[in-house]
Amino acid sequence: MLEKEGQVRIPSGCAISGFISRDGKRIGGDKIVKSISYMHDRSNGLGGGFAGYGIYPEYKEQYAFHIFYNSNDARVETERFLDRHFDVVNLSRIPTKKHPNITNEPLIWRYFLTPLPTKLASSQLDEREFVAQCVININDRIDGSYVFSSGKNMGVFKAVGYPEDVGEFYRLDEYAGYAWTAHGRYPTNTPGWWGGAHPFALLDYTIVHNGEISSYDANRRYIEMYGYKCNLLTDTEVITYIFDFLNRKQNLSLEDIAKIIAAPFWTEIESGKYSETEKKKLKYFRNVFSSLLVTGPFSIILGFDGGLMALNDRLKLRSMVAAEKDDMVYLASEECAIRAICPDADRVWSPRGGEPIIVTLNDK
Amino acid sequence: MKKVYVNEDWCLACHLCEYYCAAANSGAGSMIKAFAGGKKPIPRIKVEEGSGINFAVQCRHCDEPACVKGCITGALSVKDGVISCDESRCVGCYTCVMSCPYGCIVISEDSSVIQKCDLCLKNNNGEPACVKGCPNGAIVLEER
Amino acid sequence: MAINYYQPLYEVMRDRDRCIKCRACERQCANEVHSYDEECDVMISDSRQCVDCQRCVSICPTNALKIANNPNTFRQNSNWSQQIMTEVYKQAETGGVLLSAMGNPKEYPVYWDKILLNASQVTNPPIDPLREPMETKVFLGKKPKNVKFNKDGTINTDLPPTLELSTPIMFSAMSYGSISKNAHESLARAATELGIYYNTGEGGLHKDFYKYGPNTIVQVASGRFGVFRDYLEAGAAVEIKMGQGAKPGIGGHLPGAKILEDISKTRMIPMGTDAISPAPHHDIYSIEDLRQLVFSLKEATCYKKPVIVKIAAVHNVAAIASGIARSGADIIAIDGYRGGTGAAPTRIRDNVGIPIELALASVDQRLRDEGIRNEVSIVVAGSVRSSADVVKAIALGADAVYIGTAALLALGCHLCRSCQTGRCNWGIATQRPDLVKRLNPDIGYKRLVNLIHAWDHEIKEMMGGMGINSVEALRGNRLMLRGVGLTEKELEVLGIQHAGQ
Repeated sequence: MLEKEGQVRIPSGCAISGFISRDGKRIGGDKIVKSISYMHDRSNGLGGGFAGYGIYPEYKEQYAFHIFYNSNDARVETERFLDRHFDVVNLSRIPTKKHPNITNEPLIWRYFLTPLPTKLASSQLDEREFVAQCVININDRIDGSYVFSSGKNMGVFKAVGYPEDVGEFYRLDEYAGYAWTAHGRYPTNTPGWWGGAHPFALLDYTIVHNGEISSYDANRRYIEMYGYKCNLLTDTEVITYIFDFLNRKQNLSLEDIAKIIAAPFWTEIESGKYSETEKKKLKYFRNVFSSLLVTGPFSIILGFDGGLMALNDRLKLRSMVAAEKDDMVYLASEECAIRAICPDADRVWSPRGGEPIIVTLNDK
Repeated sequence: MKKVYVNEDWCLACHLCEYYCAAANSGAGSMIKAFAGGKKPIPRIKVEEGSGINFAVQCRHCDEPACVKGCITGALSVKDGVISCDESRCVGCYTCVMSCPYGCIVISEDSSVIQKCDLCLKNNNGEPACVKGCPNGAIVLEER
Repeated sequence: MAINYYQPLYEVMRDRDRCIKCRACERQCANEVHSYDEECDVMISDSRQCVDCQRCVSICPTNALKIANNPNTFRQNSNWSQQIMTEVYKQAETGGVLLSAMGNPKEYPVYWDKILLNASQVTNPPIDPLREPMETKVFLGKKPKNVKFNKDGTINTDLPPTLELSTPIMFSAMSYGSISKNAHESLARAATELGIYYNTGEGGLHKDFYKYGPNTIVQVASGRFGVFRDYLEAGAAVEIKMGQGAKPGIGGHLPGAKILEDISKTRMIPMGTDAISPAPHHDIYSIEDLRQLVFSLKEATCYKKPVIVKIAAVHNVAAIASGIARSGADIIAIDGYRGGTGAAPTRIRDNVGIPIELALASVDQRLRDEGIRNEVSIVVAGSVRSSADVVKAIALGADAVYIGTAALLALGCHLCRSCQTGRCNWGIATQRPDLVKRLNPDIGYKRLVNLIHAWDHEIKEMMGGMGINSVEALRGNRLMLRGVGLTEKELEVLGIQHAGQ
């Protein structure tokens, strides 16, 4: 019997794309679907997904949980858990459209939640940590239930299929957001599980990733010391947790996080191009967070509340292109995915390995 | 000029330098052949030992060589700092043997001529055989 | 004795056609195996004295010598092997405890040899270390739990004391006394040139070697030989030796005959007295006592030097390591049962302790399960034989390795396992001046440097094949390992999958 995602580690190649309006203009989901569809050959129909930011303005103060259920029993058990920990402001099935290429769908539900003040207080955790632990709890403990999106005013939509079909299935043209990312997957065997598709999300962090990191188990075994459970055995999952850990828990800036996970080589650190203070900091990072260095090929787009970040591994073993046009910034595995939705970009460039591109909303 | 020196701290008195020297200058081509049938080719290096100090001695290639001065036939000469003996001109008078302050000039097996270290320039060894063969790096060829 | 109950293990074979009777073998054998009979003009050998150190074989200019197993055999018996029978005869003769040296040579499993490494194919690229940067620098020491910020919002980059290694290999503890001064000098100079560390062992630090202090780990063992303020201050780190893989639970005994002037000065004991290291530290009977010694040493060194605690790999090593990690130590060194020694009771060496591979795997996992892996670095020792063993150790979770036996091999040791006799023909495990001088440190240190350079190259090749370009991404990366021919339980302890999975 084939093992599903999480029981076995499945390497995969991929396509990624994303864009953001720095002015916060809301753009329809159909545009990101069009972009990723141009890289059809970089996926093989075994996983596609999207993340949209600013798509739930009417519920922007609530955590939006998107959950896959294998059965009604799993749903009942999960909802009992949610009721115990949250004030459920709204719940519904996520609207979908039947699509001939998208089959075997699980039950897909959406909840807008506020943590119960009493529960939150007794947990002695800050609100985001409380929510994150609830997500990890559900995913780890409740069989047949999987929270795949859990941030505020954002949402992840993913399935087994080609990304353009997944976009239609979730009716993404009906959503609008200031930033979108997309992922098309090319796994090397059949996962057949929707949770295994990407983006991977925790709170408002989402990651789309192309690559196969060779540091995986070193990263995983480190991050699991801090309460994370890498159930899916995917790169994307562990990279998301690394960002969450360094950004949310260690309060490090995204620029500094890039210097940890795609650390400059020692030869570069010693080359004289950095100030003494900066050298000291880089050495500190490479010592203290040595186990979070990510090696092997990767290109990732991180989505977060108010921005996007793109990063390549330090040898740039995976393609990634960026472009700018007015207030828009585009990022994709291939230039065609950008040209498809922005034929007249002001500037198109290929960011260097380890050099992050961080774009945030102008008013943030 | 590079000369052969010995560091007594590391000389083990294993006497292997003598055998490597003798074999290299025997023209036999191999150690076994050089000593085959009880032959005892004479080395141009000699290990002095005793009182816990060991020292391999061979020609110092002196700047003012008494042996060359005293040579009655001009068989001994200095070329580029290396003192060597032209055996076709040596008559075996042993003046040099007596005048060498280090006792580094030896007499050939048949007693007809003298023999001395010429830094293995004349044989096919390429580098001094004693230096190459020393198991402890005690004999070195270097500029001092 | 009129009856020879047992026969020599080896036989010296001399090819008389090749032997030129230069007598180098005779002059170089401290065991007096070889001699020249002038009357008969022949070299003769007394195999009974031979320990198979290969010195004569190595220097013979005509390759005339070979040491072979003695073909003489007792009647075959799968239970009572010839070795066991011989040991009974010896003990019946002497009434003494059998002594041995170097690591456990018995046929227990070598887990390194049952673990295979991964390489990249198709889905991610291997990296060519000749074309791309490939990094092997590591830091040993505690890591802060959380990033601290200064008042101006910048990161506070102050760190607890740290050792920085150019490559994750160090020379393990071998005392001056158990090995010679020239061996120590070779190790010290090599460590300095390589940017790594060597370890004084428990015999103090010779005054000539204080200059290598920045690359020296000074050891404090139960005998406290040579420990004083300058000694602690000289080193880059201080190691508390609680145990040794070759003889867990056993102390040490350097016979008075080896306590010559220099050693007596370095160890700070009178000449000619036996140097006895008690089995326990008599001020450490429990973990809380260890904590006190750790902090005493930190106080003594103004909290500027990391403290290492070295233990032998025994059955409950994971729990012990966890206790040490909470005791304030910065680094734990674990020594497996194959670890070397200058002398150990044979029964202890061959029957006590556990394999380092299993100990390492369980310690690393336990510290992670408890969330305290960053409190300490892990250094493993006890038969790391090649760069492949280093790579496997790091992938299992070690930060670095200690090598002892491999370093001695580089200096000429042929593992004759007779260190306890003090007649080391290679000038390593001896204090006899005529033998010590056989190890020329100018040669010795270069051979050590060569060895580590060679391993470093090989480590880079193997990492590159796995698509890893820095050693930190290899550490604890057990997905890069697969077992062959191991049981479920062994795989579980090692935390790896079987090949094919």
